[in-house]
Amino acid sequence: MIRSTRKVAVLVMAVAAFAMAGCASHGAKTGAETQPVAQDSGINTNANAGQSGVDANALQQAAEQSHSIYFALDSSDIDAQYQAVVSNWAKYLLAVPGAQVQVQGNTDERGTRAYNQALGERRATAVQAALEAQGVPAAQVSTTSFGKERPVCAQHAESCWSQNRRADLIRQ
Amino acid sequence: MMKKYWCLLGLFVVVTAHADLNITISGGQVAPQPIAVVPFQTAPGAEFDVAQIVQDDLASSGLFKPLDRKDMLEKPSQPGQVNYRNWQVLGINDIAIGQQRPANGGVAVRFYLLDTMRQQQLLGYDMPAAPKDQLRYVAHRIADLIYEKLTGTPGYFDTQIAYIEGHGLGDKRKFKLIICDSDGRYPRVIAASGEPLMSPAWSPDRKKLAFVGYHRGRSAIFVDTLATGQLHKMTDAPGINGAPAWSPDGRLLAVALSAGRGNTNLYVINTATGQRHQLTSGTAINTEPDFSPDGRTIAFTSDRGGTPQVYTIPVGGGAATRITFQGKQNLRPRYAPDGKTLAVVNQDGGQYRIGVMPVSGGPLRIITDGPLDEGPSFAPNGNVLIYEKRTSNGTDLATVTIDGRVNRVLRSSSDVQDPAWSPYIQ
Repeated sequence: MIRSTRKVAVLVMAVAAFAMAGCASHGAKTGAETQPVAQDSGINTNANAGQSGVDANALQQAAEQSHSIYFALDSSDIDAQYQAVVSNWAKYLLAVPGAQVQVQGNTDERGTRAYNQALGERRATAVQAALEAQGVPAAQVSTTSFGKERPVCAQHAESCWSQNRRADLIRQ
Repeated sequence: MMKKYWCLLGLFVVVTAHADLNITISGGQVAPQPIAVVPFQTAPGAEFDVAQIVQDDLASSGLFKPLDRKDMLEKPSQPGQVNYRNWQVLGINDIAIGQQRPANGGVAVRFYLLDTMRQQQLLGYDMPAAPKDQLRYVAHRIADLIYEKLTGTPGYFDTQIAYIEGHGLGDKRKFKLIICDSDGRYPRVIAASGEPLMSPAWSPDRKKLAFVGYHRGRSAIFVDTLATGQLHKMTDAPGINGAPAWSPDGRLLAVALSAGRGNTNLYVINTATGQRHQLTSGTAINTEPDFSPDGRTIAFTSDRGGTPQVYTIPVGGGAATRITFQGKQNLRPRYAPDGKTLAVVNQDGGQYRIGVMPVSGGPLRIITDGPLDEGPSFAPNGNVLIYEKRTSNGTDLATVTIDGRVNRVLRSSSDVQDPAWSPYIQ
């Protein structure tokens, strides 16, 4: 099936080009002071080495087992029942400083699309703040919002809406 | 200018064939005006049913009731051939007749609009020759001319609609940005993605489309130059990049950015230099900007007062003024082309419906039924709005006249949402 059009390829290429442009300009700015270590220098670094006795894989599994936090209507407050989700992710991110998580905010279908995009961002940043409150460095957590664009349930009823008002934590 | 437009469309012919939107019309408490569009006389080599498209356009407005072809007593193609009595007896006040002949490698169309009571010519036009595959646009222009002559308001048939098609759930949901003709036909895919596509916005010259896209969860605002498919990324700040809106001169883009801190604020970006300035600040949500047609004011949605309401702010910065007070919430303002009327999404008792109100403030008139209507976008003549409507089967597009009388539904097998009605060709 022909799904992608020439435009899609252009979109992907443009995204890639801009991403690369961003890297290049960043490198140019700092290039004068720092020399990158060659990939094949023979030196292997291990982000987990400083955390001896901690099983990073187990922490990652524990975190990813539960990666959604659900919200009440028009609210970005994290209910007590989701504290375990937050602290499992905090433990993992603290144990593996190289790990990154993207918090994706979502809303139910009521209200306008762009406004919901902003509401979802509020939920994502509430989770980000909760992680930071447990000591997770800001650099390990990014936020985004899909607003109401990615419902997991399509019926027009609270039984569905409550599943769609959520933040998902996605390891990057 | 015209020629350029044809070229632009020709480019998309090869891109993709996509299912047309199905249209149903309802409402219309006032009886539509009878009219007859006689099949145009067609010379060999000029075969294409222009008259049928004209007839369908006029019928789709809900303001006209075209006579069935089989009920016509004669099929004249020149004013001298018309026996006016044959139309008077059927209660037809106005008839359109015409001829098609091969010309310049394409087809030239001549048409007349005649008043059968006064036995007078109201319109007579020689349309420039067009390739056969562009004759549908000649037909839309003829329908625009007839609509304007008989209603006093310019038509809106030779326009396009951008919208988003969505299919699937959660992170499996697929998105397409599509442009179709005003009659729901000839849809072509501009972009497709496995992540959300949102908020298409036409540049005032109709040559570009701004929209929101995502890449690995990160949002960005893109501008697509339609003739070339060239894509330019306007902004990809951390957090959300949303709700692009063009200034009337096409030089500025108002957007909503959270800059990664949860507070969504309005920024104005110079599209030539990329330079931006922040228009709102604080911890509230500020989004869904729309420029007034004189380019001086931006209307937007903010929850700074506790609930989302519509505010206006000078483009150069300054104090924001709340202008909506009716119902529980009011969101997503859109200026009518004359700058005097604003369309908003009104929420009251859990019902989201489209309303129109004077820009100066004042009573809001609800023109749709709900329960989950949103995303109003004006046709360039200001008389009709397109919006999205939730049904038990998903999301459809619908149009409504601003007096709330005539409704039209454009339906697809997938969800169709987030519509933006194009400006006229310049």
